This record gives sequence, C-alpha cells and structure tokens, in this order.
Amino acid sequence: MGPQPLTRGSSAGRIGGDASGVALAFRGPIAARVGLPGSLRDAGPVLILFLPPALLLFTILVVLPIGEAGWYSFFDWSGYGLPTNFIGWRNFELIARYPAFRTALFNNLLIIAVSLLVQLPFALWLATLVSTRIRGALTFRMIFFLPYVLADVAAGLIWRFMYDGDYGLVAAIAHALGLQAPYPLADPAWAMYAILVVIVWKYFGFHMMLFIAGLQGIDRSLYEAADIDGAGRIQRFRSITLPLLVPTIRLSVFFSVIGSLQLFDMIMPLTKGGPADSTQTLVTFLYSYGIMRMRVGFGSAVGVVLFAICVIFAFSYKRLAFRHA
Amino acid sequence: MVKLYTYAALIIVAGIILVPLLMTALGGFKTLGELRTNPVGLPNHWVWQNYWGILSGFRYWRMLANSLFIAALTSFLTLTAASMAAFTFAHVKFFGRELLLNYFLLGLMFPAATAVLPLFIQVRDFGLLDTYWGVILPETAFGLAMSILLFRDFFRQTPKDLFEAAFVDGCGYIRFFLSITLPLSRPILATVGIFTFVKSWNDYLLPLILLDSESKYPWPLGIMVYQGEFSTDWQLVLAFVTLTILPAIIVFFAAQKHIVAGLTAGAVKG
Repeated sequence: MGPQPLTRGSSAGRIGGDASGVALAFRGPIAARVGLPGSLRDAGPVLILFLPPALLLFTILVVLPIGEAGWYSFFDWSGYGLPTNFIGWRNFELIARYPAFRTALFNNLLIIAVSLLVQLPFALWLATLVSTRIRGALTFRMIFFLPYVLADVAAGLIWRFMYDGDYGLVAAIAHALGLQAPYPLADPAWAMYAILVVIVWKYFGFHMMLFIAGLQGIDRSLYEAADIDGAGRIQRFRSITLPLLVPTIRLSVFFSVIGSLQLFDMIMPLTKGGPADSTQTLVTFLYSYGIMRMRVGFGSAVGVVLFAICVIFAFSYKRLAFRHA
Repeated sequence: MVKLYTYAALIIVAGIILVPLLMTALGGFKTLGELRTNPVGLPNHWVWQNYWGILSGFRYWRMLANSLFIAALTSFLTLTAASMAAFTFAHVKFFGRELLLNYFLLGLMFPAATAVLPLFIQVRDFGLLDTYWGVILPETAFGLAMSILLFRDFFRQTPKDLFEAAFVDGCGYIRFFLSITLPLSRPILATVGIFTFVKSWNDYLLPLILLDSESKYPWPLGIMVYQGEFSTDWQLVLAFVTLTILPAIIVFFAAQKHIVAGLTAGAVKG
C-alpha cells in the first residue's frame, strides 16, 4: 500500500501495499491554477522555507540512489572504495543468464495473472454482496479488510504455520481425510501456488474496498430505471455496474501489478525465495543475489531492470488504460 | 433465497479470513505437543506461560518501542515536509512549479526496492547506518510523493474568498499556512498520517538493510529473528505473532473509518 505506489504494500500494499495512491498521478497535468491576490514578492520567504526540506530529502534519498544504481550497474563492485572495475553491460548479461531471474519474472507475471483472473472478480463479487442493504454488511467488510491491515511479515508467518506439515491447518485437513500431510512450502512444484493463496487472502479486501467505493458512486436511479424496464440481475450487472466500474477496475489492475512488482516482505517468512529458487520474485532475487552477497554492481543492475519495468508499465498503462479518461 | 445464499457466501469467506488468525491466537495457548495433535480447536489446557513469558520479557516491548519511535517520527516528518511543499504547489505561483511537482511525482513510479543498494551506500556514507535516523529519513523520503499529492489536492479546495480576506488583512503565506490551512486540514492530516504510520510500522525491507543491531530492530525484523531462534517451538512463535499483530487489530477496530480511509487514500479519491 504504500507511497511509491507505482508502489503496496501493501504493504495497501501494500498493494501493497502499499501501493495505494498512484492513482492520483494519473489525472494528468495539473489543470487549474489557483489565481491569487498578493504579489510574487511575498512568495519569496515561503518558497525558501517550505520547499527545501521535501526537495532535499527526496533528491538525496530517492532520486540520487536511482541515478547511482544506473551508474553502479556498469561496475563489478563490492561497495567499498570507489567503483573502478568497469564491466560494461556484463551485469545485465549475467542477470539474463540466471535461471532464478527467469523464475522471478515468471512468478511476478503469475501473481499478476492470478490477481486479475481470480482476485479481481472475487473482490468485485464480494463488494456487490456487502454493498446490498443486509444486516452485518459493515462487519463483513471489516473482517474482509482485516488481513490488509496486517504486516506482510505477520501474514507470512501465520501462513507458514498453516502450511506446516506437522502442526498446521493443511496437516489437520490431511489427517482428517486420512492422508499423508504435505509440506507445500518445501515442494518446488507447489510452493508458489501456496504463496498465491496467501497473496489473495491478504489483498482481496483492499480491492473489495476500492470496488465498494466505486459502487457507491453509481447513481441508484439507473438501477430503478432498469427495474422498470424489467432487466434481470445479470443484465443490470452487465449493462450498468460493470461499465460504470471501469475506472475502478483500471485502478485495481494497476495496484495488482505494482504490488506484484514489489512483493518481498511476504515471501521472506514463507520461503525466502526457495525451495530451489522456485518462489523468487524480482525483489527477492535482488535481495538473495545482490544484497546478501554484497554485489553492489549486480544488485544495482537488478534494481535498474525493476525500475525500467515499473516506468515502462506506468507510462504504457497510462496511455492504454487512461486513453479515453 | 438470495439472502440465504449471500449470507452463506459471506460466512464462508469470513471463515477463511478468521480461521488462520484464530488458530494463531489459540495456538499460543497450547503446548507444542497439543499443537501437533490439536492444531485447530480450542486448547484442552490453556497454557498462559507462552504469552506471559513474552509479555514479562524485555524483548517484545523493546521491539514495539522501536517501531513506535520510527513510525511516529517518520509520520511527523512526512506530514511536516509534505504539507509545506504541497502548500507551495497549491497556493504559490512560481516559475517551474509544474516541473517541480512532476519531479516529485516521479517518486510514485517505483518501489524503494529498486534503489536499495545505492541507498544503503548513501546512508553508510552519511554515517547513519544502524541508527534510527538512517531508517526514518529514507522512509520519509519515499513517502513524500504520495503525501504531497494528497495534501495538494486537499489544499486546493480552500475557498478563494478566504485568501482574499486574509491577504487584505495583511496575512502572509506562512501565517496563512499556520493559522488557516493547517487547522482546516485535520481530515487530510489524519489520512496521510495513518497511511504513513502504518506503512512504516509494517515496513521490513528498509530496516532489514539499514539496521544491524537487534536492539534497534522494529517488530517485523524482531519477529523474524525470534522465529529463527524458536523455529521448532511453534507455540512461542504463534504467541509472539499474536502479540505483535494485536496492537494493529485493536487500533483498526477502534478507528475503522479512519484506517480504511487512510489505507485506501488516493486510490479512492482518484
């Protein structure tokens, strides 16, 4: 959920989290200027006092590191002394040759696919259920949103227990059915699917809240008119709800993609990217192969790749999905 | 009939959400042996020792205090720096304003992870590695873009009449900000504050890279260390997890409306 939406979340989305809010960036150039009385001369002190704190922090700790990542990515460097061992595009060639990197890329795409094909319809369906005037709707909303409030690390640990073949829920179910308890997180064939379950468990509530807000924006009289014309439930959904929710769906898709691209916190308690690199994502790959081994050049190159993917996605998504907006 | 189906669906989904949480909380009341034979149900014998041992120890409270300190200062700094910058973007005309705003908005486009290694080196060269400030300042910096955007949007709704009246009375920008804008901005201050606080409270990656000594670890790091130490004693880990998520759950239910607004900020507004 977080800032850097093109950040989750998150942690909202963290979707991450964090990730909430990017939306605003998509409203295009700042349109109206606020016309003000008062002369420009008055503006001097306020500019000198009010802009530098944010500007300095942002430049030194956000923009500069990104630039440095670009620079370091051409070196073989351990982070001590100055980067002198220039190796050109070597780091990028290395990245492309890692099977774990390809797995990470595939897993990120898989997460996006599951978010779009499973989580989004599920969240939308639940949003329509809790938007009706039934008793307890508010309680259900809060319960569904609850996992999103938890930290990824906590959710990961909880599910590590659920998946534990000796103690957890999976073991209990298997025993009840008279089966041998599996260890889904220890099996390269299953671990990623197990993680996908946790992702949907934690994040569908956030998307549901988006859809609830979207549904509230739909004019009730449209449904009344449809009723008079004798439209059925499915027809009303297809002809009113869905088209009017398109802006919300765009947002939801956006957060899913961004959340997937920065997924890290949840993987660490569950599998740390293993077994056999089967659950790596781009960020866990950056962590295991760049940070853990203090390969600053290589890690920076992975960061540059991630950055490029984020920026390309942000701009093309803005163009494609918001073309008519 | 429709209602029945609706309730059945909602209750099943609520169960899927709540069962893991309840199992975690209840697991903390069991012995390891009982956890093996009875992971799902209520404990046969309620063992208070797991929870009590953690609550009476130093470690848990230190972790929470670290998290609280880091998250509180991060939120305070973010609110201050972002609201001031957003004020100039919303109300002051100056050369290059759009350009500068778009410069900040770049920050929305990539996660902190992309630049985490150079950031580590940057923080190290400032001598801030393994200090609270070494985590607080980067977390603040990465929260600025979103916060400035939210503030600016809110500030722009200030009625023009208010400005004219204030300026006629000789009120300058800075006084206007302090005595009119800020008092009028409580809702957005709460939203951005909650958003930033929760993000910092839950953050794992930045402290993982920027902190070294366990005595400074915020809880997401501390809990991972604890889990590593007691990985075979699930009952202890479960009690620890329960106690660390409890503050968040209590606050969430006490201030649902604000929390939901804070965590979906921007998204819903957009």
